Amino acid sequence: MPGYDNPMGNSPLEVKVISKRFALPNSASLDVYLQHDGYQALKKALATKPEDVINEVKNSGLRGRGGAGFNTGMKWSFVPKQSAKLKYVVCNADESEPGTCKDRPLMEYDPHQLIEGIIISGYAIQAHQGFIYVRGEYRYLLEIVDRALAEAYARGYLGKNLLGSGFDFDLCTHTGAGAYECGEETALLNSLEGLRGYPRIKPPFPAVLGLYGGPTVINNVETLSNIPHIILNGAGWYAKLGSPKNGGTRLFCLSGHISRPGIYELPMGFPLRRMIEEVGGGVPRGKRLKAVIPGGSSCPVLTAEEIDVAMDYDSVAKIGSMLGSGGVVIMDEDTCMVKVAGRIMRFYAHESCGWCIPCREGTSWLKRLLERFHSGGALPDDPDTALDVAYNILGKTLCPLGDAAAMPTISILQKFRHEFEEHLKLGYCPYEKKAVSVA
Amino acid sequence: MISQTLSRKFDQIITRYPLKRSAMVPLLLYAQDEVGHVSDEVIAEVARRVDVRPIEVTEVISYYSMLHRQPVGKYNIQVCTNISCMLRGADELFDHCCQKLGIGHKQTTPDGLFSLEEVECLGACCGAPAMQVNYDYYENLTPEKVDALIDELKKKEPRSKI
Repeated sequence: MPGYDNPMGNSPLEVKVISKRFALPNSASLDVYLQHDGYQALKKALATKPEDVINEVKNSGLRGRGGAGFNTGMKWSFVPKQSAKLKYVVCNADESEPGTCKDRPLMEYDPHQLIEGIIISGYAIQAHQGFIYVRGEYRYLLEIVDRALAEAYARGYLGKNLLGSGFDFDLCTHTGAGAYECGEETALLNSLEGLRGYPRIKPPFPAVLGLYGGPTVINNVETLSNIPHIILNGAGWYAKLGSPKNGGTRLFCLSGHISRPGIYELPMGFPLRRMIEEVGGGVPRGKRLKAVIPGGSSCPVLTAEEIDVAMDYDSVAKIGSMLGSGGVVIMDEDTCMVKVAGRIMRFYAHESCGWCIPCREGTSWLKRLLERFHSGGALPDDPDTALDVAYNILGKTLCPLGDAAAMPTISILQKFRHEFEEHLKLGYCPYEKKAVSVA
Repeated sequence: MISQTLSRKFDQIITRYPLKRSAMVPLLLYAQDEVGHVSDEVIAEVARRVDVRPIEVTEVISYYSMLHRQPVGKYNIQVCTNISCMLRGADELFDHCCQKLGIGHKQTTPDGLFSLEEVECLGACCGAPAMQVNYDYYENLTPEKVDALIDELKKKEPRSKI
């Protein structure tokens, strides 16, 4: 691929589980995969009862890597054993949370690891068909995964009677065509059924009523890539890699003002300060740290004083933010937080599907409110008005996109209120020294 | 209207799904790749193949940002200006592209060679600032790298087009 740079970082502090094969030559090929434990977990799973596979995953403490952080085995256990409708497994590869780029290398360098994870999840819930929903922009990954699928079919890892077990499983890719909202699981299902990607009302949850009306498990690429390791090495081994109730490792994407941007595989619960200072090499050019988005643009921002936190779901939630999807965005002292808030809101206003009014109207209002601190015409009441609008989106929409828009805005308005006041007082952005007219 | 190769690909894609309609977006995207944009003929062809009315296809198209109803340039330059890229100079890079090509957001050069678009997160945050030219990724960009790339793409074209 022209101009393409390997996004993987390299740090001695990493614990490589799902990224351990990335550096091997031809790592995406089936032969290389088979030489390095490939499809051994599938063999083991097929010789085990489906409910025991679910229990193993449940006990490993693996939690959804797409952002919600729900226990994966628990999610699988909600699928009814008996169902008149066919069951499905859907892999969510619609990675589009700003700051997050970890599913890319998982599909590029180790597609068979993902495929094996999907087959095992299919066996666990006794589904016989799966889909990998890849965002439209990732065309080159679609081609890589398609090649891997063809290899797996040719060697009997997909299709009828897998490895002589009597279990059948079919798997294919599906391409999206540019829509952040389709990363939300019910919107993804509508999109996969050939409809506009609007979210569905929950309950019923997809585990009961999902794709084509059948019970469906939807998991993120990284979540499913962990499955073969859990089955092969055991739940206890996996759980011990991370912190309590937060099993395993995860891929953290360090971006923004950081000396060594890249994707690093670190144990769950790894301290954020060390992640920034030791793994990423700190803020470049001796600048001071101002703020960090811990898990993609939907998460409330943390100030430089809040980075002494363990990066697992529960610890980050305790300080009022979210571990999210692993996109750690670092901002230095010269960053204009008003501009950051405006840019994040422009994204959500663009991506709101328009189904729920608080989100459709609220994100557009907030975008205009936040951007006029720079474009001119901001009113002294605007910070309060913006907060009021944000609180009127929060918790009032069908899918989490509304919350995802409101939460970062609220956190920036609360933690960096002085920057908004400063813009109003000066009449220009102190970071760009550009005059703007204030009403 | 579409090539035989694509027609066969369509037949194969439709068999993947229990419901033909599921193939709609993939078919539209692949047709766009070949035709250049989603024309009325593409809509009619896809509707016929997935067994829905053309209006139902039109409804779906407007939801997806990658489906274009109008022709775009041969090289569609999509610059990400979302948070990670913005922090590493994406706004300046986008302005540079505007100047270099003499066009703005969602515009095409008169010779039909280049289109420019400011897009949302491309999933290249650790290689910021980044852009896509059609489906190809270009990362860790500088104005100089963009200039070199655009000049190289121009050179590939027959003289009459420059």
